[in-house]
Amino acid sequence: MMSDNSDGPWQYGPETKAVHAGSQPDPVTGARNTPIYQTTSYVFDDVDHAADLFNLQTFGFIYSRLTNPTVSVLEERLASLENGRACVAAASGHAAQFLTFFSLLEPGDEFIASKNLYGGSITQFGVSFKRLGWNCNFVDATKPENIRQALTPKTKAIFIEVLANPGGIVLDLEAIAEIAQDAHVPLIVDNTLATPYLLRPIDWGADIVVESTTKFLSGHGTSLGGAVIESGKFDWAADDKFPTMTQPDPAYHGLTFYETFGDFGFTMKTRAVGLRDFGPCLSPANAFYTITGIESLPARMDRHVANAIKVAEFLQIHPKVSWVSYAGLSSSPYHDLAKKYLPKGAGAVFTFGLNGGYEAGIKMVEGVNLFSHLANIGDSRSLILHPASTTHRQLNDEQRQAAGAGEDVIRLSIGLETPDDLIHDLDLALSTL
Amino acid sequence: MSISSPPAPLHYEDRDITGILRGVKSIAMVGASANWVRPSNFAMKYLLGKGYKVIPVNPGHAGNEILGQMTYRTIADIPGTIDMVDIFRASEAAGQTVDEVIEIAADKQIKIIWMQLGVRNDDAARRAEATGMTVIMDRCPKIEYGRLFGELGWSGVNSGIITAKRRRMV
Repeated sequence: MMSDNSDGPWQYGPETKAVHAGSQPDPVTGARNTPIYQTTSYVFDDVDHAADLFNLQTFGFIYSRLTNPTVSVLEERLASLENGRACVAAASGHAAQFLTFFSLLEPGDEFIASKNLYGGSITQFGVSFKRLGWNCNFVDATKPENIRQALTPKTKAIFIEVLANPGGIVLDLEAIAEIAQDAHVPLIVDNTLATPYLLRPIDWGADIVVESTTKFLSGHGTSLGGAVIESGKFDWAADDKFPTMTQPDPAYHGLTFYETFGDFGFTMKTRAVGLRDFGPCLSPANAFYTITGIESLPARMDRHVANAIKVAEFLQIHPKVSWVSYAGLSSSPYHDLAKKYLPKGAGAVFTFGLNGGYEAGIKMVEGVNLFSHLANIGDSRSLILHPASTTHRQLNDEQRQAAGAGEDVIRLSIGLETPDDLIHDLDLALSTL
Repeated sequence: MSISSPPAPLHYEDRDITGILRGVKSIAMVGASANWVRPSNFAMKYLLGKGYKVIPVNPGHAGNEILGQMTYRTIADIPGTIDMVDIFRASEAAGQTVDEVIEIAADKQIKIIWMQLGVRNDDAARRAEATGMTVIMDRCPKIEYGRLFGELGWSGVNSGIITAKRRRMV
């Protein structure tokens, strides 16, 4: 597909960005691939240079908890792929979310989150954040007006997954972005399931994107990682809601991050205070594996979604399957939203129900041969999980139902194998139920 | 929320900004602050470190040094020639500075007016451009230097640069 290059500078396409953005041949050696800078720290030219670096008066490297040249390549690549201004990487998607909210919230502040989120996010927001005085109100964001009604003067952010884990649900991003803009609070989108290849939330009005790079971005089940990307378009100074951005920061000798760094002030704040003081930095080795993974992201995502739709269509008409929740199917109530926001495909993670309930679920995950039974998504390999007997077993029936993890539910993450092999494998397992 | 819609974002070609940053040697920095946590002080220190001659202009500090550089009350007071004037003032007040520059530009051989990030005065820019000067607005020379010479990406910022050419050492 041709990029829209009718005016202004040439805009490179996502495939080119996936391979090149942030990475240039090494200035010293000419090394074409990004080297793994496996170092904790960096020498200073002299005392004055050290002072400039510590004061953030110049750009450069001090210590790999803050910045590392390999990690920087990943950060710039993700910022570029998401059409954002800047990015800070973290040790995991959860760390990225923690850092984001630490940069935004004071104790006693509130934020609104869609209740259709990755289960780990629901626990992080609903239980662990509460101990820090950060209060999350969960709403049914499939009706965007519910978000507007939940706004209070203490609301400092709105958090959603547009393509929600475990799949099947697509939110009306543009409508939600408008609500966030009217309320002047940043809209944060977890883009893990879609990846910037299928969806760029910033293009639709999101202010911050967070992702677990562990999943499709790294793509091969090798490396944990997370990222926070800012659009650079949010005006933190339009009112007094965000003193962490607009007031002199006591954690950084009175520096005012927004005034000093402008449209990448949020990223600088998140790095210079959040990463510095809490420490969940990404390792250079994991950054390297993730950079390498991203190079093939567009090709892989095309294959992931092509395989997913074939598998979903097979399951939809199978007599032992009671329902399939995948927005890529024309029967899905979210199909129109998927066509609007995810025209290249509705991801590769979805759920389906078995007529046989809990016992059938256990037999299913144990009966497959090619699908790996584990608790991850976005691997090159196809993955299968029965949430009720694993990730969600601590919950009661009611909680499991609400989380979309009822007794009959099977979650699939469709990999890159030959699609007929995946269908054959599921068919054999289903035949034993 | 802004009351009126903002003007269309400005676009400058990377090669033009690179040309300015390569060609300029001396910069008069109007509104340079002696307070080291202020953005102007950050930018001044960075540009000094990159080898530019930066001359602070700040009436409240005239006669004293900022970062080892003598401060002047006005641009006209600076002895010798100046390649570029970098303006750290509110957008409206920047118009007055631009008119001052226009008056002395020929004498001081000033070729470029640069208004800082967040500073934009389209009318003043037109007046300066009519005299043959180049005007950059709503950009920071420190950030642009870092972006175009490979340092800004170190902080995870999207430089917009895509190239398979070996990076220049800075």
